[in-house]
Amino acid sequence: MTALRCAGLRRSFGALNAVDGVDITVEPGARHALIGPNGAGKSTLFKLVSGTMRTHGGTVELAGRDVTRLSEVARCRLGMSQTMQHASLFGSMTAAETVALAAARHGGGRISPLPRRQPAVQERAEELLEGVGLADRRDVPVPALSHGERKQLEVALALACRPSLLLLDEPAAGMSPAESARLLELLAGLPAEITVLFVEHDLDLVFSLADSVTVLHLGRVLLSGTPDEVRASEAVREAYLGAGRREELFGS
Amino acid sequence: MTAVEAPAVPGGAAAAPPRAPRGRVGLLVTAIVVVLAAVPLFLAPFATTTLTRILVFALFAVSLDLLVGVTGLPSLGHAAYFGSGAYAAGWVSINVTAEAPVPLLVGGAVGALVAALTGWITVRSAGVFFLMLTLAIGETVQQLANAWDSVTGGANGLTGIPSVRIAGAPLTNAGFTYWYVLAVFLVGFVVVWLVARSPFGAALRGIRDNEPRMRAIGYPTALYKYAVFVLAGGVAGLAGSLLAAQARIVALPDLGFLTASFALLAVIIGGAGSLWGACLGAALVIVIRDALGPSLGGHGTLVLGAVFVLVVYLLPRGAAGIRLRGRRS
Amino acid sequence: MLVSVLNGLAVGFLLFILAVGLSLVFGMMDVLNLAHGALFVLGAYLGAAFSGSWGGFLAALGIAAVAGLAAGALLSLMTAPLRRRSHLDQALLTLGVAFVVAELLIIFFGDDPLSVAAPPALDGSVTVFGAVYPAYRLVLIGVGAVLAVVVYLVVERTRVGALVRATVADRDMVATVGIDNRLVTTAVFAVGSLLATTAGVLGGPIYGARPGLDATVLILALVVVVIGGLGSVRGALVGALIIGQVDTLGRLMLPELASFVLFAALAVVLVLRPQGLFGGPVAAGAR
Repeated sequence: MTALRCAGLRRSFGALNAVDGVDITVEPGARHALIGPNGAGKSTLFKLVSGTMRTHGGTVELAGRDVTRLSEVARCRLGMSQTMQHASLFGSMTAAETVALAAARHGGGRISPLPRRQPAVQERAEELLEGVGLADRRDVPVPALSHGERKQLEVALALACRPSLLLLDEPAAGMSPAESARLLELLAGLPAEITVLFVEHDLDLVFSLADSVTVLHLGRVLLSGTPDEVRASEAVREAYLGAGRREELFGS
Repeated sequence: MTAVEAPAVPGGAAAAPPRAPRGRVGLLVTAIVVVLAAVPLFLAPFATTTLTRILVFALFAVSLDLLVGVTGLPSLGHAAYFGSGAYAAGWVSINVTAEAPVPLLVGGAVGALVAALTGWITVRSAGVFFLMLTLAIGETVQQLANAWDSVTGGANGLTGIPSVRIAGAPLTNAGFTYWYVLAVFLVGFVVVWLVARSPFGAALRGIRDNEPRMRAIGYPTALYKYAVFVLAGGVAGLAGSLLAAQARIVALPDLGFLTASFALLAVIIGGAGSLWGACLGAALVIVIRDALGPSLGGHGTLVLGAVFVLVVYLLPRGAAGIRLRGRRS
Repeated sequence: MLVSVLNGLAVGFLLFILAVGLSLVFGMMDVLNLAHGALFVLGAYLGAAFSGSWGGFLAALGIAAVAGLAAGALLSLMTAPLRRRSHLDQALLTLGVAFVVAELLIIFFGDDPLSVAAPPALDGSVTVFGAVYPAYRLVLIGVGAVLAVVVYLVVERTRVGALVRATVADRDMVATVGIDNRLVTTAVFAVGSLLATTAGVLGGPIYGARPGLDATVLILALVVVVIGGLGSVRGALVGALIIGQVDTLGRLMLPELASFVLFAALAVVLVLRPQGLFGGPVAAGAR
């Protein structure tokens, strides 16, 4: 069974077909990257997968189950969780409160309308903050965190939803090289049973982390394959930069 | 552009639980309650009645604060539920029984029911649209009350509401009525305060801060907003039943735009999200409207309008940073 | 039936004149002007004060126009410092202003409802297709239609109108290309308010002048604006004409539930098309 299967996904904005019949299959446990030049439709595709945007055609299957008609809330309950491209958190909360919010929702218990000690939730929040390296920042209000720390908190928040499929939208965007390296370490250390689908511009990060890659171009899949196949592809090179500049693009 | 903004309410009771030593806060609360309870023993009946009105309006403001300050839903139609509760409690007192918990329960239930009937549409909207819809609902409910004069008394209002009775004895004295109102106020306040501090309250603050993110981490936010809308309507209805018990008359303005706006003013003066603040704001509104009003030639509204304008300019963070999701969110 | 349709037209054009200012001010500045209803009532009271003669009627129109311009400019200046704050702050500010204006009107005119007579020669009735119909309302339809066409042409066909529409569509872009639109926004606020007070004078013979009318009228205007989409002139026109018909028809068929019919119309539109019938997707604050 696949972790995620998209078939014939379409979405247009007026005359622009932002996503135009995309098929993607992500195997369980994969580290699957979605790359492509600007305007390739990556962000739109991500929104279609996560359910924050309605499709104009095609289906999304999560672990064999058709979720095309389900809201992002229902998809999250079924094990899909995401981080946002622009860190999008809760301005009046601390790091620990933020993670506890998701941990409470996905901790098995119900959300009580009366105050109550939730040791299991607190423990899980601590654990997750520790996991992303924010244990000593637990009581810091979100607006006081650095950009990199917010992105780390995003990951903790997404993991608190106990996902089987984790969607990361440009996890390294706007990060310093040091922050980026720490993030790579964090992502590489994720449990193997969590499938990861991520959009990323930083190709170093893509090729360090991904075991499969899908290249989008003008709303269509240009190529799906292993990182080596993508590196070797003439078509990908042309899509990105035009012929003859492959070395520059992928370095070595 | 990052969606993280400064905390909405600095140190507001509901927004961020104060981390003051537990003992000292407990002591302060006890002192306030004792002073409030002792008031009728020292004050003249008129002052006691004013304080009673303040408590009624404070509970109403607290219920609105649950929407405005905690959840970020600025309502201009909350008086619809306050007034419905008042009418229901008054009607039951006249036609069925004025025996203590009955008018209260009926008022709260009717407030919640009316909120439940109207809330599903409002919670699907946000920001100024929420403001407009609640305004329209408030006005509609008022017009319905006007049209249904066999029950509400129409433009004359519902008059001749008997005193509340406890174990058969009517509370005719202003002091007894005050204690009755104080007791219900405390219960209502504690309920709202507990909800605001609960995991459910944390989810509401999450919705206020960033609703799309709440959906993305699996919270069905419309359902939560609906639940809190109904709860706030119920507490407002409870406050309405106190109004019926205190004023012994319920009239159309109690449902209307002006009452709703004054409650919003009270919440904002106190700093949205702070339940204590809402009570102080309510006190200011009632003092200006009812106590100073007569000496201002009955034009307390003029002063309150000016206060509204001043508050908006003077509050450093604006209306406590309530974020309206408008065009440029 | 014909009478109802005509009444609907009269109310519809009146609502358009009232609502277009509200819509454009919100579209251009994100200011939800809750004092808009109070401006209408100001016009209605002026009409009441001068009613009885053509001279008085025209004087009321003139004074209302000047007062509207001044009030709009003042409101624009008052909300300007709050531009960077939330919409709620500006809305609350105008709410406070609305209270002050309404209360001042009560101080000047008392709190008894005043009826306003139509100008002489228009206070009778005429026969339209066999139905007896008040002459004033017929004239109101004509005047309303002319005003509506003028406003529409100014906004849709002139250079200033193009700037207004551009500001509605993307304010930052207009500012970026170096056009100082403060003058335009102030002017729109002033003219929008002028239209509101004018609508008040024109509507006086229909609605009278009384305390509390401001909230009723404000809500009608809000419904129109929401249905038409914030910032859209065409939407405001269509919305006003629809609401004019719905309101009069509702009052005719279900007099007890007329306001409910209106609310239902609003709810249906908001649920099905949150951005209004003519608003662009950017105007959607509701989901």
